[in-house]
Amino acid sequence: MPDTAALPPLPSASTGLRQQLATLLYQRRTLTLLLILTPPLLWFGVVYVGSLLTMLSQSVFAFDEMAMSVTNELTTDNFTSLLTPANYDIVLRTLGMAVAVTLGCVLIGFPMAYYMAHHAGPREKGIFFVSVMLPMWASYIVKAYAWTMLLAQGGVIYWALDGLGVLPALEAVLKWPVVGGDTLATSNLGRFLVFTYIWLPFMILPIQAAIERVPANLLLASADLGAHPFKTFTTVLWPLAFPGVVAGSIFTFSLTLGDYIIPQLIGPSGFFIGNMVYTLQGTIGNIPLAAAFTCVPIVLITLYLAMARRLGAFNAL
Amino acid sequence: MPSGHWITSPSWAGGKHRLQAPELLGSSPTQWERGRDPTARQRLHNKEHMSVAIEFHQVSRHYGPVKALDLVSFSVKEGEFFSMLGPSGSGKTTSLRLMAGFEQPTSGRLNLLGQEASGTPPYARDVNTVFQDYALFPHMNVLDNVAYGLMVRKMGKAERHALAHEALAMVALPDHGQRTPAQLSGGQRQRVALARALVNRPRILLLDEPLGALDLKLREQMQVELKVLHRKLGITFIYVTHDQGEALSMSDRIAVFNKGRIEQIATPRDLYHHPRTRFVADFVGSSNVFEADLALRLCGKAQAFSVRQENINISATDAHVSDGNLRVEGEVLAIQFLGAAQRIEVSVEGHVVTALQPESEAASAWAAGMQPGQCVALQWSTRDMVMLDA
Repeated sequence: MPDTAALPPLPSASTGLRQQLATLLYQRRTLTLLLILTPPLLWFGVVYVGSLLTMLSQSVFAFDEMAMSVTNELTTDNFTSLLTPANYDIVLRTLGMAVAVTLGCVLIGFPMAYYMAHHAGPREKGIFFVSVMLPMWASYIVKAYAWTMLLAQGGVIYWALDGLGVLPALEAVLKWPVVGGDTLATSNLGRFLVFTYIWLPFMILPIQAAIERVPANLLLASADLGAHPFKTFTTVLWPLAFPGVVAGSIFTFSLTLGDYIIPQLIGPSGFFIGNMVYTLQGTIGNIPLAAAFTCVPIVLITLYLAMARRLGAFNAL
Repeated sequence: MPSGHWITSPSWAGGKHRLQAPELLGSSPTQWERGRDPTARQRLHNKEHMSVAIEFHQVSRHYGPVKALDLVSFSVKEGEFFSMLGPSGSGKTTSLRLMAGFEQPTSGRLNLLGQEASGTPPYARDVNTVFQDYALFPHMNVLDNVAYGLMVRKMGKAERHALAHEALAMVALPDHGQRTPAQLSGGQRQRVALARALVNRPRILLLDEPLGALDLKLREQMQVELKVLHRKLGITFIYVTHDQGEALSMSDRIAVFNKGRIEQIATPRDLYHHPRTRFVADFVGSSNVFEADLALRLCGKAQAFSVRQENINISATDAHVSDGNLRVEGEVLAIQFLGAAQRIEVSVEGHVVTALQPESEAASAWAAGMQPGQCVALQWSTRDMVMLDA
């Protein structure tokens, strides 16, 4: 190649100390990994896991109700007291809402995620992403308060339903046990709506990512082999998107389990786990019982993950 | 890989003969042979009596301003091995997707097996597809993949697994049912995709560049196997490819696609020897196309023509010119050794002409003495010149 021979040699990319350092790091992979991982592992291990374990370990200490202080005495009373009817109710109430919100988010989120992943063009997809995430940028408290206005009697929802002439239907629904209440704003239905609204993006995005990885050809192949769209959904799309559904539901489930603002603002009276923890550690100072309550969502999520694994949620990963 | 045993009996046409590969087909008649119309194979050899499997009538598929397929008409007879050949974006895959029902025509009529098919969804068509990327379901094992079409038709588990086993045996993967697609090689996936389509016993099998991802050796082997399978089953094969060698070696007829239209439909030999357009001449077997202006200077006639690379003889400038040959001179640009042949590119009046010389000791010795820039004579018989329409 006479042409290239005439060109002056290119300067070497880097020289001296920097090159020696780069070569050292290139040859010593363990050292490189150590340098990269030590800071985040310290942060994660000490600040994250360490403090969580410290907090949870509080749950085995006894609380002296007379002195209103934590003693050094070890006990399992905090856990057994979770099973008293009053506390058990709190757990059930929270768990029921978390399950309902998760199901609601899947029902609404899946079709949207599917559309975003397989049908929307690049521009449309961008608009969808922004509109899914836009509400997340607004303050959570503002949104929750805004919903109290929307749901209140005389609020915009009542007004709209009245205008459409379907207000009696809402009133009939509000008479149902568990779901209903005096008004939408003080019913479990209202609380469910707000939770679903707030956590929906956390469901849509993982499902969207999961469906995005399902090649469109698989759906075509299923149809080609004779499957109706519904069959294709149950045998191909849903199983392959299930890891995304599980990921999304971990968010919606645990965020609902831990929330204490929405239950205060919307829905009937009665504590959620979050409210209980807040009250116990703030007003009363019963950190051990609060810590025991905190274990509940952790245990529930762990059980949930074990179940999802059993169902094969992670087989397709 | 045991699939080499697939080579069929030469006396196949009798109708009574069965393939001589008992380890693959089983000694008893398989479901394909039992259940199929006994005259299917007979029909194959009486082409004039075959009915029409697919008919395109002025079919267009437009995506906004893009005309993926534009007013295309052709028909495929039942039992035919019909290839759609063309570069990417030529409309061949769009045609296949229209047949499968993945797309609907923008205009025109599409008949499948005598029935109007526009608007019929894929799951209601007696057609199965082998996808280019195989599209195997990653969350199912191989057996369930193959049995999928039967499962959808609500066939019992034992029965559908038995048929799936049989289909896997047919593609020489009898012991792979419990593996997942991820545990298979590309060639094995290809076979599973084939078994998954064939287990439904479609009357038309669509193959979308099924061998594109395989290496050369495997590709050639699969070409033979597909051809054997086609003869055995007697169903219509529609084969999409951009590889002219593949199309030529397997097809009964080939449609050459270009820019959403069909340039020519012909048998492989016809297409190779009598390309009608310069696109076909260039795309099928890479002919040298001489445009009208160059033709005028070389032989005094302003009509474009083509000459196949292997029909051009290359020699020293002082060599004897045979009777009936046309002779031009040019300058050697490059010599490529291909193994069985050498390809020599020569610049003739500023146009590149490629000649293919079969490899021999003499040819090698001659090529060794060749330098780029050297002057050579090219000659070809006027009988090898194919006049081009447009």
